[in-house]
Amino acid sequence: MYNFLTSLSAWMIPAIIVFIPLYAALRRKVPVYETFVEGAKDGFGTAINIIPHLVGMMVAISMFRASGALELMLSAVRPFFDWAGIPSEVLPLGILRPLTGAGSLAFTTDLIQTFGPDSMIGRIASTIQGSTDTTLYVLTVYFGAIGIRRTRYALKVGLFSDIVGFFAAIFICLYIFG
Amino acid sequence: MVNWIWLFFIVASVVVAVVNGKMDAVTQAAFEGAKSGVTVSFGLISIMVFWLGMMRIAEDAGLLQKLARLLGPAVRMLFPDVPRNHPAIGYIMSNLSANLFGLGNAATPMGIKAMQELQKLNPDSATATPAMCTLLALNTSSITIIPTTLIAIRMNYGSANPAEIIGTTLAATFVATSAAILADKWYRRKSPPTLIRTNGSQSTDIKAHSADVGGGERVV
Repeated sequence: MYNFLTSLSAWMIPAIIVFIPLYAALRRKVPVYETFVEGAKDGFGTAINIIPHLVGMMVAISMFRASGALELMLSAVRPFFDWAGIPSEVLPLGILRPLTGAGSLAFTTDLIQTFGPDSMIGRIASTIQGSTDTTLYVLTVYFGAIGIRRTRYALKVGLFSDIVGFFAAIFICLYIFG
Repeated sequence: MVNWIWLFFIVASVVVAVVNGKMDAVTQAAFEGAKSGVTVSFGLISIMVFWLGMMRIAEDAGLLQKLARLLGPAVRMLFPDVPRNHPAIGYIMSNLSANLFGLGNAATPMGIKAMQELQKLNPDSATATPAMCTLLALNTSSITIIPTTLIAIRMNYGSANPAEIIGTTLAATFVATSAAILADKWYRRKSPPTLIRTNGSQSTDIKAHSADVGGGERVV
């Protein structure tokens, strides 16, 4: 399992980078370079558009950390997390992830910055952030677009899978990188 | 919701800072945070530009449609109450394959199209149908093959192997999606066709959240 997951990680990107243009050029006669440039133009705007979100959230989160408020919040749950062998620093991420994409991205970045990308906390945070979407955002946008007001069990299912995904990410990382 | 979280962070920070006597550190942290926000976004430019270029090639080569066709049997199984050749099925397949490719920005419009088609099958347009709930469940736990944003951030902070989290992310997202599908199936069976009124607060403030940066790869 360990070997499979690490070699999957190592080969996935090069495999995709070779396969996509090769297939497009040989099978579909797509002008690959020009198409690449055309699509790549969107990337700039996408990255720039996140600046206000990220600045707003990172200001709030670094204040929260520097004031000692984060430590105060974590001290309440630390005994339980220590008992389970989970670094308690990732807990706020589990709370933020379903609620705000920008907030959890900012928090993940903050953890990576503080503890290093190759620390266990950095790896767990990356996995949590990458493995699920912002439930509240998806629900609001998708149901909002068609005027659904009674959402029935949709929110419960979304939040349930977020909780499962949160702990799955932690234990998979502890197992693989531990 | 997001507004309250943000306010809570800031107010709690200042209150705790007063108690701890750390006002200077908090002021400095505010400006440091703003700086990192910009630095991180700039770090994202390179990988976003590269990846969206790649994905445009995949799109033009028809790879998205190919993947969608592969997903067909699974989609029909997950949405038993949608007629086989209803247009909704096509949009659902495109939405899911865009998610798989990590194309959050392409997934959202397809998902909304799918919802609009499902709405045509809905007897009560203010209440979600089971099919809508299933589509939502699949999107909230969206399976992503390559978490582009995270790899970019890890590169930014000098990771020795920025892509090493692909395997763990895939495994975790698989578990989360399975949980979502099972929970959805369970609720489908449990809830009679009678309409249950849930807490109305989730669907109110669309504008506030549509500006939010979305999930792993969804960047508005």
